[in-house]
Amino acid sequence: MNEKKYSALVKKHTPKEDVFKNAMIAFLIGGVMGIMGQGLIDIYSYMCDISTKEASSYMIITLIFFGCLFTCLGWFDKLVNFAKCGLIIPITGFAHAVQSATLEYKREGMITGIGANMFKLAGSVIVFGVVSAYTFGLLRLLVMGG
Amino acid sequence: MIYIRSFIFCGIVCAIAQMILDNTKLTPGHITTIFVVVGSFLDVCNIYDHMILWAGGGALVPITSFGHLLIHSAMDKATSTNFIGLLTGMFNLTAAGITSAIVFSFFLSLLFKPKD
Repeated sequence: MNEKKYSALVKKHTPKEDVFKNAMIAFLIGGVMGIMGQGLIDIYSYMCDISTKEASSYMIITLIFFGCLFTCLGWFDKLVNFAKCGLIIPITGFAHAVQSATLEYKREGMITGIGANMFKLAGSVIVFGVVSAYTFGLLRLLVMGG
Repeated sequence: MIYIRSFIFCGIVCAIAQMILDNTKLTPGHITTIFVVVGSFLDVCNIYDHMILWAGGGALVPITSFGHLLIHSAMDKATSTNFIGLLTGMFNLTAAGITSAIVFSFFLSLLFKPKD
């Protein structure tokens, strides 16, 4: 069996992922998350009588809380299997990364386990966010003067 | 109307991420990092501010808003205190997200056992 035939055979038997269907599911679930975000902002600004800016940080805190709680209950992984990027890209994905690292390293103790490994997965988001924000901010200050 | 626009915006961002995930070998960790960098890049010319005005909460939910909030708070501070403001004001707006993630995940990890 030559190499060409072999690669054709491999291609035939690898399970095909339906790219379009996955993208549609991510679109729908992500859209629902967006509606929930806007709805929470409206509810908070109406109920607590606060500005939209304040309400948006309340909304982010709420989503992070539910992301952490669902990860602890073991529901989040099942939901991600279905929704894929629809739940990873919203802020719940960040909460999931923090929470799953904390749970995984809990058995190694408080300091060396939870404390040292909390940002094992989510740390890259903060590091690259801060580095890029600093670089682009510097660029903006130098080029456009603020 | 703002609900439809936030549905469309957040949905499109997630669909783009899903297409990148399916067609390349990048992991979800790579993609979230790329999206944060893209979010902070879009704030260079204040593009992301217009997106938030257009889509409302839909633009605040994706992880791109994290990068946007970092550079936005840094630039807010930098207008009054110049270059040092980039360092002192970086976490002004994202403090809520980062602090709540740390506090909730710490206390919840004390309560729950890992599921495997």
